[in-house]
Amino acid sequence: MSKGVKQLKFSKYLGLRILTWALTIWIGVTFIFFVPRMFPSDPVENMIGRIQSRSGQMDPVEMEALRKTLRVQFGLEGSLMEQYLSFLKKGLLQFDFGPSLMSFPTPVGDIIKTYLPYTLGLMLVTTVMAWLIGNFIGLQAGFRKHRLSSKILEAVAICIYPVPYFIVALILQIVFAFILNWFPLQSTIVTMGGFGMFIRSLIRASILPAISLLLLGTGWWIISMKSLSGTVAEEDFVLYARYRGLPETRIGRSYVLRNSIITQVTALAMSLGGVFSGSIMTEIIFGYPGVGTLIQKAILQSDYNMILGCITISIVAISTATLIVDLIYPLIDPRIRYS
Amino acid sequence: MKKFWKHANGRLKVGIIVTLIFLFLGFVVYNIPHVNPFSYNTYGRRLPPSLEHPFGTTSMGQDIFWLLIEAIHNSLVIGFIVAFIGTVVGVFVGLLAGFSGGWLDRILMVITDTFVVIPSLPILVLMTSLMRGSATVILMALVLAMFAWAWPSRQIRSLALSIKERDFIHTAWFSGEGTVQVIVTEILPYALTWSLSNFMNATLAAIASESSLAVLGLSPANLISLGNMIQWARERNAIFTQQWNWIGPPIVATVLLFIGLFLLITGYNDYLSMKRGR
Repeated sequence: MSKGVKQLKFSKYLGLRILTWALTIWIGVTFIFFVPRMFPSDPVENMIGRIQSRSGQMDPVEMEALRKTLRVQFGLEGSLMEQYLSFLKKGLLQFDFGPSLMSFPTPVGDIIKTYLPYTLGLMLVTTVMAWLIGNFIGLQAGFRKHRLSSKILEAVAICIYPVPYFIVALILQIVFAFILNWFPLQSTIVTMGGFGMFIRSLIRASILPAISLLLLGTGWWIISMKSLSGTVAEEDFVLYARYRGLPETRIGRSYVLRNSIITQVTALAMSLGGVFSGSIMTEIIFGYPGVGTLIQKAILQSDYNMILGCITISIVAISTATLIVDLIYPLIDPRIRYS
Repeated sequence: MKKFWKHANGRLKVGIIVTLIFLFLGFVVYNIPHVNPFSYNTYGRRLPPSLEHPFGTTSMGQDIFWLLIEAIHNSLVIGFIVAFIGTVVGVFVGLLAGFSGGWLDRILMVITDTFVVIPSLPILVLMTSLMRGSATVILMALVLAMFAWAWPSRQIRSLALSIKERDFIHTAWFSGEGTVQVIVTEILPYALTWSLSNFMNATLAAIASESSLAVLGLSPANLISLGNMIQWARERNAIFTQQWNWIGPPIVATVLLFIGLFLLITGYNDYLSMKRGR
């Protein structure tokens, strides 16, 4: 087979995958645009109501002007189609979601920009670590699945994995922050007072959230990798490799791992959405200053622009991350390159 | 039944027992007449555990044991409603996509894949924060169900694709059965055993989502669910005042329920694959 043919196939895979990526974002954003408009509550009227309750009755002319300004700022002017197109253009291309209500008139995009790196950092580190550690342990356990240590490991993983994220976070918080007093109950990150101070407070604030995300993530990869590699280890070609007298480490690495890791890369791409939801909950429990905590603040203050902005950005971020993981896939699965 | 129990693996057995205990608490014990545990100051405040109040009372004078029983009941009910809707819609969409093929299949699968990949929690947050105050249990369940159908529909589609080409389906076509009849009499029995495991999975996911929303303060405020119970205890500083008898029971119950359901699911899947002779 010539090299040209191979590249053609790969570019077709790439094109399809990018199309799916764009469609996912489009469907998601369309969904969050239309859903709020199906509800009877009107954010502008809510806002005006709140202003009135704070500062008493207003002049009708002034109120009409305020209403008009707010409608423009909330993107509620014009027909539904115009609103939709301007939402797509502003939201997806410029990440402009209008002003935030809780810290009016700072744009939502600016606030999210300061919170997003913390969430991305926490998620990236814990997801990659959990995937590597979990698959390594899972491979060992599945490859030698009749050993007692493998069975104990799996039992531990089974008892941790199904528990919801916020419960694990809550238990860690009670044990390590409240009873043992090793960490502060709510994490604070010091941004003033030098780089060293910042890093130290960042690590201190991140340890407990990271541990709870790691525990759950690793648990799942151990369970799934163990059952995958356990099945592969009983295939005929592994038996054949044994008859050839290949060393166990080589069988594990080039036969069992190579065949089961492909599934795990797809599974990683599929799991990112769930991991993101989990990290939001974990952040909220610990007060870690990421998008999750921001969403919680926005809910408490009914800041719809902020909620919409956070959600749009998370859909874009998760879809893009999924796309990147999926693009690694053809590198390790030769069947995509050839077939 | 006896034979089933003999062939069941350890996980399935433990899963069944734990799940049955929760069903017993949530649907049998629940029906024993008791005071509405939601109303304040029914009993003394912060009573320690006793015979009359097995887990004591809260700072608002509510009986923790009956709060827990109601919470288990409501969480299970929400889980079951969501799982039922999700499974029915998922099986329908999956069969439709798998059997129609062509453009309909592609469109359905793009939508399904979107719903699998999109982070569900932020969208649930958006919807529930819009209907805050007016949310009811049924509305909550419907909203949660929007994210419960995608995964089963993907699985049922691949199941349908693999069955479609088998001999007995061809036999059914050639003997003059219509599409609907083939789906109902030949495919559905296969899909049902699969759906059962999907159903339990969806129950688990729905209870988890509801309790996550509760921690965000977005679950209906008058709904006694496991998540809300934990959230109320947190709001009233049960951790700082070390009222472990208040915040402990819902946490332990949630953990046990989830492990039990998870063992039931994986045990049931292993049991099925063993029955298929693998």
